[in-house]
Amino acid sequence: MSKPDVLKILQDAGLDVLTCIQCGTCSGSCPSGRYTSLNTRRIVRKAHKGGDILHDDKLWMCATCYNCQERCPRGIKIVDAILVIRTIAVHEGIMLPEHRDVSRLVLEYGHAVPINNATMEMREGLGLGSFPETVHKYPDALEDVKTLLRSCEFDKLVQE
Amino acid sequence: MTKLSLFLGCIIPNRYPGIEKATNLCLEKLDIDCSNLPGASCCPAPGVFRSFDKPTWLALASRNIVLSEEMGRDVLTICNGCYGSLSDANNELKDNAELKSSTNAHLEKIGKEYRGSVNIRHIVEFLYGEFGPEMIREIVVNPLNLRVALHYGCHLVKPSADRQHGSVERPVFFDELVEATGAESVDYPDKMACCGAGGGVRSALLEKSLEMVNHKLSLIRDANVDCIVNACPFCHLQFDEGQAEVKEKFGLEYNIPILHYTQLLGLALGFSPEELGIDLNVVKNDEFMGKLKEPWQE
Repeated sequence: MSKPDVLKILQDAGLDVLTCIQCGTCSGSCPSGRYTSLNTRRIVRKAHKGGDILHDDKLWMCATCYNCQERCPRGIKIVDAILVIRTIAVHEGIMLPEHRDVSRLVLEYGHAVPINNATMEMREGLGLGSFPETVHKYPDALEDVKTLLRSCEFDKLVQE
Repeated sequence: MTKLSLFLGCIIPNRYPGIEKATNLCLEKLDIDCSNLPGASCCPAPGVFRSFDKPTWLALASRNIVLSEEMGRDVLTICNGCYGSLSDANNELKDNAELKSSTNAHLEKIGKEYRGSVNIRHIVEFLYGEFGPEMIREIVVNPLNLRVALHYGCHLVKPSADRQHGSVERPVFFDELVEATGAESVDYPDKMACCGAGGGVRSALLEKSLEMVNHKLSLIRDANVDCIVNACPFCHLQFDEGQAEVKEKFGLEYNIPILHYTQLLGLALGFSPEELGIDLNVVKNDEFMGKLKEPWQE
């Protein structure tokens, strides 16, 4: 399989990172970068230099707070670009195990955070139904969600 | 006034049902026409599912929106993540005929069709826009004597090109709603900083995520407040459960109570902390709970 052309995919999505002047406003504004090795400026540079950005674990350290995107003097949609690069990585089979786990929860329950016994007790104590008015309470609705996920082949995408 | 349906998301009904109860009580007290949204699913969570596969994100989000379209009601969210995910999906589908058509090809398999006929609201901007702080202040029966550290949460206001709620560096609308309850919104450094939970960081890189929330907690502690108020259950969970995790991992204890805005408003509207599920948080702070009891003892 040929290597995906990250820069072209970004450009097709209307995300031009080539106007970056490497000023570092993004990195200076990044709350994650204070505590992780995420350096947004380097991510942007890697995206337009064609480095192996898809295997870069820093891609997953972005909390998507949008500070960099709001402050970028060149108006580059940095977070949107990071999300697109993540998507390319996932479609290349590169995904953190914890994110596969969250995906499995949605595939099974239709919720990324499904209910548990402790919460059911809290709900009853508050006079709410044991199950909320969501897919948890309506099996047909959950089937619809599962049909959609299969239709999008999300099950195949996130399996190992 | 706009008719609404209540979109619960995942964390509120499945971890913090007190917020669901508080929301119901506030909506009823304010006489807002808001129905349930039976059969809704995960929004789906923007930081993760949107990262993984856009067609999947749009298919699940549009199904949730269609459920509300079928009732002719706008969607009311009480979570910044659900708000961001559903409104971004709604905007993209309204603006892009190609995306709408490919998404509807999936929806057809469950006998549904996205039309683009409703809007996505967040309870904070809804209350601000439809009621406003002055009207809220008039409805308050129990003015709160509390010092509050307000946490807007990123996706309530950002990306600003899509949210359009004014300044993202120094917004004031949420502070005004907090102060309408009688509480004081206390300024603190890095007030607009992220809690560290979003983007799949909390789920995959917990310790790094906790370092980010610890940074905010340390600044909030120095501001001498009674509690933190938020409008997002993922921020709520990160601040609440996060304090127990910060204690375990870094040996730091804060014991700062966390309230969703509907719980703060509920107190001001005369409901008890127990009715609002404020006692169901991980953080147990007896001094704070005692302070909340005072008005009812008078």
